[in-house]
Amino acid sequence: MKYAVRIDVTHVPGVLDPQGATVERALPALGYRNVSAVTIAKTIRLELDADSPDAARAQVDDMCQRLLANPVIERYTVEITESVTA
Amino acid sequence: MSARVGIVVFPGTNCELDVAWVVEELGGEPVLLWHGDRSVRDVDAVVVPGGFAHGDYLRTGAIARFSPVMDAVTEHAAAGGPVVGICNGFQVLTEAGLLPGALQKNTGLTFVCATVELEVVNTRSVLTQRAELGARLRIPINHFEGNYVCPPDTLRALHDDDRIVVRYVDNPNGSIDDIAGISNEAGNVVGLMPHPERASSSLLGSSDGIVMLESLLAASAARV
Repeated sequence: MKYAVRIDVTHVPGVLDPQGATVERALPALGYRNVSAVTIAKTIRLELDADSPDAARAQVDDMCQRLLANPVIERYTVEITESVTA
Repeated sequence: MSARVGIVVFPGTNCELDVAWVVEELGGEPVLLWHGDRSVRDVDAVVVPGGFAHGDYLRTGAIARFSPVMDAVTEHAAAGGPVVGICNGFQVLTEAGLLPGALQKNTGLTFVCATVELEVVNTRSVLTQRAELGARLRIPINHFEGNYVCPPDTLRALHDDDRIVVRYVDNPNGSIDDIAGISNEAGNVVGLMPHPERASSSLLGSSDGIVMLESLLAASAARV
């Protein structure tokens, strides 16, 4: 089965997100004064072949820990769906 | 016998010749090591120089750490051999797990290119053995991701084990505890954001980096 995977990589809470902070400071300049907690994340999309959603998730976890995210400063969330292009 | 200093070249590395020039000036023998090599040959020390290895794609150093040569660099470090990562090289060493923590984007999202003042806070590392404790060195920095960060327990360990090598006198990038460079416990693996090789001649505005590269050559020669 082919699965579509979406991985969102965000900063670990407490680690500075200079891009988010800069955007948060810029929005009030346009009059949006009610915005807070801006973070800028990285999205990685990929497709992979696996026997089950669990197997796909296990492999994605492994790939995130080894390459796609740096656990010192980043955390990630994973969303897996059956690929429509399969 | 002169020390042989291996200088790792990834696609996108751009400071290898600067390092090679200084090594040669100081009487050492530079050896360029291609990232696809599986060994560091018979070098006494390894420098991972600055640049934009693999275009800094994904994260700085994230792809470079999986280059074949990095296994050999890790083995060299584990055997006590001197390994120094400068700028992008520091980022590669943290990604490779040879040094703790990570380098994130500078506070204020600015690329900083300036000559800054560093304070030497440890003289047991392979890069500072010949420097004086407390000495102020003027060394250029040139980076976007030089803002050192690590978990609180790592920072405590860096303090307790005397592993902070150089600090910024006037913090240019938001780095935690003003850290500009750190070492592993043994002091043979060092990473720093500033470029000592670019402060190697009065013609360049400062020769304060010489003492660092002399330290490295002395530490390397001691192993010959």
